[in-house]
Amino acid sequence: MTVEKTDQKSVLLETRGITKEFSGVRVLDDISISIRAGEIMGLIGENGAGKSTLIKIISGIYQPTAGSLQLDGKQVEVPDFITAKRLGIAIVPQEFNLINTLSVYENIYLGNEIRKKSGLLDKNRMREKAAEQLAELKMPIDVNLLISELSVAEKQLVEISKALLLDARILIMDEPTTTLTGHEIVILFTLMRNLKRKGVTLIFVSHKLQEIIAICDRVTVLRDGSLISVDNAADVDEHDIARKMIGRDFQQVFPQKKIRGTDDIILEAEGLSSGKMVKDISFNLRRGEILGFAGLVGAGRTETAEAVMGLRPLEAGKLTYNGKKVAIKNPRDAVRLGIGYLSEDRQGKGIVQNFNIPQNVSLISLKRYLKGVLIDKRAELEKSTQYVKKFNIAAASQKMALRFLSGGNQQKVYLARWVDTDPRILILDEPTRGIDVNAKREIYDFIHSLAASGISCIVISSEMEEVIGLCSRVYVMREGKVTGCLEGKQITEEEIMFHATGIKGQVS
Amino acid sequence: MGIDIKAKTTGFFKNFRFGDHSTGMAFILLFILAVIVGWPNFLQPRNLINILRQISYTGIIGLGMTLIIISGGIDLSVGSMAAFTGGITILFLNLFPGPSHLGVALAAIFAVIFGALCGLFNGILVTKGRIAPFIATLGTMSIFRSLIQYFSGAGNILSLNTVYPEVGAGMVLGLPVPVWAFFIIAALLHVLLNNTRFGRYVCAVGANEQVARYSAVSVTITRMIPYIITGATVGVTALLWSSRLNSINSSDCVYYELDAIAAAVIGGTSMSGGKGTIIGTVLGAIMLGMINNMLVLGGVSSYLQQAAKGMVIIAAVLLQYNKRN
Ligand SMILES: Nc1ncnc2c1ncn2[C@@H]1O[C@H](COP(=O)(O)OP(=O)(O)OP(=O)(O)O)[C@@H](O)[C@H]1O
Ligand SMILES: [Mg+2]
Repeated sequence: MTVEKTDQKSVLLETRGITKEFSGVRVLDDISISIRAGEIMGLIGENGAGKSTLIKIISGIYQPTAGSLQLDGKQVEVPDFITAKRLGIAIVPQEFNLINTLSVYENIYLGNEIRKKSGLLDKNRMREKAAEQLAELKMPIDVNLLISELSVAEKQLVEISKALLLDARILIMDEPTTTLTGHEIVILFTLMRNLKRKGVTLIFVSHKLQEIIAICDRVTVLRDGSLISVDNAADVDEHDIARKMIGRDFQQVFPQKKIRGTDDIILEAEGLSSGKMVKDISFNLRRGEILGFAGLVGAGRTETAEAVMGLRPLEAGKLTYNGKKVAIKNPRDAVRLGIGYLSEDRQGKGIVQNFNIPQNVSLISLKRYLKGVLIDKRAELEKSTQYVKKFNIAAASQKMALRFLSGGNQQKVYLARWVDTDPRILILDEPTRGIDVNAKREIYDFIHSLAASGISCIVISSEMEEVIGLCSRVYVMREGKVTGCLEGKQITEEEIMFHATGIKGQVS
Repeated sequence: MGIDIKAKTTGFFKNFRFGDHSTGMAFILLFILAVIVGWPNFLQPRNLINILRQISYTGIIGLGMTLIIISGGIDLSVGSMAAFTGGITILFLNLFPGPSHLGVALAAIFAVIFGALCGLFNGILVTKGRIAPFIATLGTMSIFRSLIQYFSGAGNILSLNTVYPEVGAGMVLGLPVPVWAFFIIAALLHVLLNNTRFGRYVCAVGANEQVARYSAVSVTITRMIPYIITGATVGVTALLWSSRLNSINSSDCVYYELDAIAAAVIGGTSMSGGKGTIIGTVLGAIMLGMINNMLVLGGVSSYLQQAAKGMVIIAAVLLQYNKRN
């Protein structure tokens, strides 16, 4: 174990020999780290390494099996979330903790309501202050909207605002950037630096190595529940961190060759319109191609995909599949045609939390596991075992309910569900959301191999390099419209940004 | 080998969590308590069979109710529906003059179909009409009750068929017909819930409707069918109940919905949907019966029986709540 030379006085929070077991399985092993007052500590590790578990222990959601926490040099007990809040610890959890049927401002102030002198809720003030906080994040969301009406990125920003309003001394953020695009991330980072200047201590989890290096003072690496290292961010580069994370050398992320697909067009959309976010969208998709959709948060990419899947009613437009006009009224029609859609909202629209791995994998393809009218559970389990191997899904057992899996591993199970439908077209909305660098490469390779076998993929991603590295053609969207289609050498970060922000590509 | 078995058993006990088996444990504890309180009468086969017969009427409905609750709904109308279906079934039966066996057979089929249609009506209100299940079935609860009062003139509907009582009062291999019906329907619905595509979809829809919709599950149909199945189970109960006394009174089967829901909840079915078992409901129904029986044998006032039942329901929900942490 690495010995730290820390100036004891500046240590704010210390974990001493934290160990955590879930029904006998050890997921954290003797973790001792010191976090200094006013620093930004990066926390990084593969999916299932134990990052979220460690954070949950610090914020009182889980109790350690062994070990203790020290705050200001004194041992503290954090039996629950409320105590953590009182101690000045706030958390932005990896899985949102928002109530769908309440409005944005009600969620932001849940448990911290502002009251008038009379004891009644001061709704106007809460609305105002919530709006101010969101404005600081440069995200003017209407605070009266219900959470269920928000996109994932917006939910993320609401969750961040909620934590910020607590004025905590220690702010812990578990993968806050996974669904944000570069633009919002820059804003978030500015905000984090401001907080740091004010003396707030931050713990920041991310799978994006550049981010960690850019924003953090120090970096803690976990692997398989053990502490590997704590380094100054200035002393390490991306390769060093990746090597420590996975325990061996790690190279280039994207598949070498780009796949262009054949010339025949499998899906053509003409003039699709649906609500405010999908306005007169036309695009085409070739057989065996990896097609990208880029744009800022709120550009309408997700809504376009949902319109194609029959999840949103089409007001106008035409879809041609394999040369024939088709009407897709609901996702069942789409699946029957061989079109699949992996939603960006894993928690709200993807996984069934209390289903185990096989049940989650087979949810759509269940028909294939039937023997007569009964489900052949052995076949189901066998198939899901294959996926667990193929995607390296880390889980103590297949029988584990999905809510007990780490975020990245849940994502892999969700991906397996769509792969198991044998689609002809697979629309992947943020396919690598919450996935570690190493597994990301495997998923890129996998998408590549899908395309090579003739399956057409549409990749919607907020990560610019994902679109650039993977796709042979990229449509850029802005405010519900397609502003350009880039091909080959044109696909660069600048060109995409020009079209995404409206500098280039007037709407035709 | 020996070591293996030892490791396995210690592993089992190490991983054994009370919460995972709370229904089974509660059942065993209650049984032991009933044996002690009701000694020696409780253990008499006649008494045990009697308990089973008593609980089978609401137990059968509870089985269907379990599916509805798992799918995220509720049905408050089952008691009124049972009386209504029973009354209409007798009117149908009376179309066949004399002690007609054919009439009885057709009436049995009629009861199940009629109940299923009542259930379909609930299902349509909830899915197509988008009315909250609690409200929709509260409405049909009073509709069905009012209809049976109308048809019976707020009194009895009598059957003219003298062989009809053989259905509800009959015995097969030493067990009453209603008990057989309870166990057979339980076995069928257990398989339906655990081993078929429909059962899986019911759990998925109850756990998270959006996820189900995005996974190409037909949410409307999946939520509707449990109401139809429950209607059919109500039909079976209506048949058994009306044939037992060879008549239906307009105030029969009142509060059946409470016992049916209680059996499911005590059996560990989550009121928020997505989770539950048929076996749990069977145990839950029997537990309710044992409590009543125990109080009777222990000489407790019958007025207090409902209070005891209420406490058990609350305890069951508390256990569920703790299980979720
Ligand atoms: N409540 C639980 N019960 C059982 N096992 C759990 C529970 N919570 C977490 N685990 C297990 O602990 C391990 C670590 O999970 P954790 O969520 O901390 O990973 P992580 O580092 O945050 O991963 P990711 O990058 O995917 O979010 C995983 O293998 C997970 O399955
Ligand atoms: Mg995590």
